[in-house]
Amino acid sequence: MAADPRVPKVSLRDVHVAFGPKKVLQGFDLDVMPGESVVVIGGSGTGKSVMLKCLLGLVTPDRGSVKIDGQEVVGISDQEREPILRKFGMLFQYAALFDSLTVWENVAFGLTQAKGMTRADAKPIALKKLAQVGLGADVAELSPAELSGGMKKRVGLARAIATEPEIILFDEPTTGLDPIMGDVINDLIVACVKDLGATAISITHDMASARKIADRVAMLYQGKAIWQGPAAAIDKSGNPYVDQFIHGRAEGPIQVEVHA
Amino acid sequence: MIAIDFLAAIGRLFLGFLRAIGTLSLFTAKAVSHCARPPFYFRSIGQQMLVIGYFSLPVVGLTAVFTGMVLALQIYEGSSRFNAESAVATIVVIGITRELGPVLAGLMVAGRVGAAMAAEIGTMRVTEQIDALTTLATDPFKYLVAPRLIASTLMLPVLVLIADIIGVFGGYIIGTGKLGFNPATYLRNTADFLEAIDVITGLVKAAAFGFIVALMGCYHGYSSKGGAQGVGAATTNAVVSASILILAADYLITELFFSK
Repeated sequence: MAADPRVPKVSLRDVHVAFGPKKVLQGFDLDVMPGESVVVIGGSGTGKSVMLKCLLGLVTPDRGSVKIDGQEVVGISDQEREPILRKFGMLFQYAALFDSLTVWENVAFGLTQAKGMTRADAKPIALKKLAQVGLGADVAELSPAELSGGMKKRVGLARAIATEPEIILFDEPTTGLDPIMGDVINDLIVACVKDLGATAISITHDMASARKIADRVAMLYQGKAIWQGPAAAIDKSGNPYVDQFIHGRAEGPIQVEVHA
Repeated sequence: MIAIDFLAAIGRLFLGFLRAIGTLSLFTAKAVSHCARPPFYFRSIGQQMLVIGYFSLPVVGLTAVFTGMVLALQIYEGSSRFNAESAVATIVVIGITRELGPVLAGLMVAGRVGAAMAAEIGTMRVTEQIDALTTLATDPFKYLVAPRLIASTLMLPVLVLIADIIGVFGGYIIGTGKLGFNPATYLRNTADFLEAIDVITGLVKAAAFGFIVALMGCYHGYSSKGGAQGVGAATTNAVVSASILILAADYLITELFFSK
């Protein structure tokens, strides 16, 4: 059944999350339409990763609503969540590859474990996905520990797209990479998302990455989305917080506490 | 004021203890329920059986042989004071099968396997590999915890059975080689006074110890946080808590079988 294009693929409404006295999300709202690529920008520790974890059920909001394809996912059981998780793919900040498996087994993991495919059937698909991110068959039998940071990210991307998910999450996709490798990853992300026709949500503080990946940008500050708009309009947002962030200025309304 | 602070500190400690008991109980219930429900990851269970059983054999075997040798020497020395040297073979076999075989094997496996489980799962936790499992629609309890619990509970009795044989053989070497017992008489004394209940209680203890070792390894690894330091603490806690619980369970099971 095709998804209703008028219903947001992902919808977060008034999401509140606190860890003890520390309030992380304080009424966060975001709608992402099918096929759209939204990048959430914001400083370190502003709750971007927590927002992604709310989508996956890894963090339960204290208050608010999280809907996937119009279905509420806050408070549902593990069994109810399983078919929802099958819609997701995720590229982690440091790739989060399984150390105990080879590269191709990592890429094929979602196919063998979640989709019940045999290893023999899954391996050619894993090799195809690796080729899609520019990695040859010679890499397939290596262990993750033998890969460079850029290669790990590419394997992580191949794993994220292997099950052809409807929604792909990217957690700081270019962190720790040199600018050229970062751009390579950005190009791969754009190509893979377009190829799958997937909905993409990325979080980053790398503006070059945000400009390349995003159809729309949302800025997270003090637990709320303080600005949302088309990626092309970010330079003319008229929002002093956004201006300070995208230009990387120390002076401005965003005050960073520096402890001597 | 000081008295109130002191009482508050005790209260916090007690509440923390209760919270830990509650968390561990929920973890145990969830883990056991996943052990009983399909799907079963037979490949993972097989791998864990190999790691826990086969690769622990040298350590457990060496421990058993030396324990059997020492036991024979000590009992001979003690029993010679009241001319009961002929009891050496009987006491060695009962001591090994009922008590020393399962306890020492349990403690050695706690040090070797429990620590490795906590370190592996703890590293997976802090490097987001466990979150990655969830995003690939794979329940970490089903994939990581259940295979370890099943494998450890099944393999410890096998290890202990082998340790029993090796331990008795250690006593036999000293009894016949150093203490001057006739080999046939030593073996007859060993077999004649050994009862099925001696071996059975040892194997029941072994299964319980295997469960404890895997549970503590998985629980502390799964709950670890804070990077390398957190993983180190999880490893230490896994070994210490498993060792204490093994000794406590040893008393309870002995009481259950032999109290009059």
